[in-house]
Amino acid sequence: MTPSGANANRTIDVHGLARVEGEGSLHVAIHDGALERVELEIFEPPRFFEAFLVGRGYEEPPDITARICGICPVAYQMSACAAIEDACGVTVPESIGKLRRLLYCGEWIQSHALHIYLLHAPDFFGCRDAVELAALNPAAVERGLRLKKTGNHLMELVGGRAIHPVNVRIGGFYRSPERAEIAAMIEPLQRAREESLETIAWVASFEFPEIEANYRFVALSHPDHYAIEAGRVVSSDGIDATPGEFADVAVEEHVARSSALHSRLRGRDPYLTGPLARYALNGSKLPKAARDAAAEAGLGPVCANPFKSIIVRAVELYFACDEALRLATEYEPPEPAAVPVPPRAHAGAGATEAPRGMLLQRYELDAEGTILSARIMPPTSQNQLTIESDVRQVVASGLELGDTELTARCELAVRNHDPCISCAAHFLDVSIDRS
Amino acid sequence: MTSRPTLAVWKFASCDGCQLGILDCEDELLQLAGAVQIASFTEMTSAVIEGPYDVSLVEGSITTPGDADRILAVRAASGLLVTIGACATAGGIQALRNYANVGEYTSTVYAHPEYISTLAESSPISSYVQVDLELRGCPINRLQLVGVVTALLAGRRPVIPGYSVCEECKMAGNLCVLVAHGTPCLGPVTRAGCGALCPAVNRGCYGCFGPADTTNTGSLSKRLADLGLSERGVSRMYRTFNSAATEFSKESLEHDA
Repeated sequence: MTPSGANANRTIDVHGLARVEGEGSLHVAIHDGALERVELEIFEPPRFFEAFLVGRGYEEPPDITARICGICPVAYQMSACAAIEDACGVTVPESIGKLRRLLYCGEWIQSHALHIYLLHAPDFFGCRDAVELAALNPAAVERGLRLKKTGNHLMELVGGRAIHPVNVRIGGFYRSPERAEIAAMIEPLQRAREESLETIAWVASFEFPEIEANYRFVALSHPDHYAIEAGRVVSSDGIDATPGEFADVAVEEHVARSSALHSRLRGRDPYLTGPLARYALNGSKLPKAARDAAAEAGLGPVCANPFKSIIVRAVELYFACDEALRLATEYEPPEPAAVPVPPRAHAGAGATEAPRGMLLQRYELDAEGTILSARIMPPTSQNQLTIESDVRQVVASGLELGDTELTARCELAVRNHDPCISCAAHFLDVSIDRS
Repeated sequence: MTSRPTLAVWKFASCDGCQLGILDCEDELLQLAGAVQIASFTEMTSAVIEGPYDVSLVEGSITTPGDADRILAVRAASGLLVTIGACATAGGIQALRNYANVGEYTSTVYAHPEYISTLAESSPISSYVQVDLELRGCPINRLQLVGVVTALLAGRRPVIPGYSVCEECKMAGNLCVLVAHGTPCLGPVTRAGCGALCPAVNRGCYGCFGPADTTNTGSLSKRLADLGLSERGVSRMYRTFNSAATEFSKESLEHDA
């Protein structure tokens, strides 16, 4: 169907995209009934982390980079630790690695519950927020809040605080929680695991636009488990690299409309990190119950419909609860809580899976541990070009829609990827231009 | 205030963590949304009601010419203006630019510095407009925020402690990490409010709630030096998330070798 008349030429402008973290806008221009331009603009003010990290001590990045994002501080802390420890040639013992993974599960539970219930689900009911959704379906929203609270509790218990945890350091933790403290999480995690299964069934019942995107997926992958806090960087087109090698091939571009740098792979098209990528590349590593729940929710081994990312996120929510439960049940306090990390003049890189995608950091240190250079690749700046491409596909397939409906669908296309604009700035308003 | 006052949440340069503190009030969120009308809160809702607003919560610091104008409009549309967190109250971590050349910073991070519009300094909200109440912390303690909103709804003055982390630490029954372990700690000069979280995990306070009402930074710095910190090390301790707060700024400059 070729639109004509008023719909042939228009612009859609969304200034101040809601229910995303941070600030950005979207401009869509339609000319003679054809899509001309899609631009995701990130106007989050630059905060210059990579500049002021230079000259600071090598023990400081976990606390400093956490402040890039209040929604995924653990991801910043874990990637910072991995990068600095790589630079110093230190590998932490398994017990510390497991406690890090437990803390990280808390952030996945908190962040995924927040995005599914408070930010994303309202779109599927035509609600403007979770409060309106709560009027329609109080039991669902209350379930989401309980799940979120369990994630926050776990972060408080292991990290000392949910937003910007205080217990993380290079080499491990300041204090190992006692066995009894962690044991207290088992019952709430069992309930959360049950409620995450209910979450999968609930979101699988939503109506989704039928769109299949052609994604180039990138995620961390680990031989033994669904990668979170460690692994090699792999892609759907054959990349298999250490985080440091990957940092070398990823090119960051700076364009006028964005205070976020766009990531591309040298000589290749844009790529996508996050739940869809992890599920496609690592789905076989999910526990059987999670794979069964995914199959029952109608997911195949790869999900390329970005609107269905909410189902994948719910599957990962179940996984994070299950994994946290396993780690809490097997918990042995690391002794000591941290291992020494003597500085050396060397560069190092570390990558971990933030709830919204892979987060990579790279540092160069001198012999005293002073930071000579820092590079941070947040998930949203890696995903930005792919998000624009999603919006292009949504507009191209929805040109017959009126401005209100098309705008809503564009916003949803952005929200599908749980963008964190605060992170990316170094992002959302939607504008559709039909001129 | 009318029976259902309007509440707006505004964001400037920040990490979104303090606003997330509102969404983290899982037990109170739906009740809060019943007690006040959430009139503007981009991170939570697409619904926007036009001002004026009875209470505005402001997160983030002023770092761009555009934001310097926007805060004037927020002030004009607000009854009470409450800043939430270290960025809004003391410039935040991004105020480290105040001690450097922002032009060099821009070229370090961005290939095209000409695309970037930024101010030389990151400033607290109070540098631009009158602020009625400041909530400290990087991030804020959400229980303090619930306390403030409850007090405002009841029409009484909120209680925000001005004493130091040391008092909270004693109340929590923590061992003093500075005295017992010789661990550098900013607790004696840092405002209470977090619940003395860091000493509870055997680390020194890193000052994320900013300066207490009365501080003796000079004396603490001498102790830090006695513990073996270099001048640069001492300066760095004051220069993190509240580096533009007067007392911390002054002390960091004293030791800026």
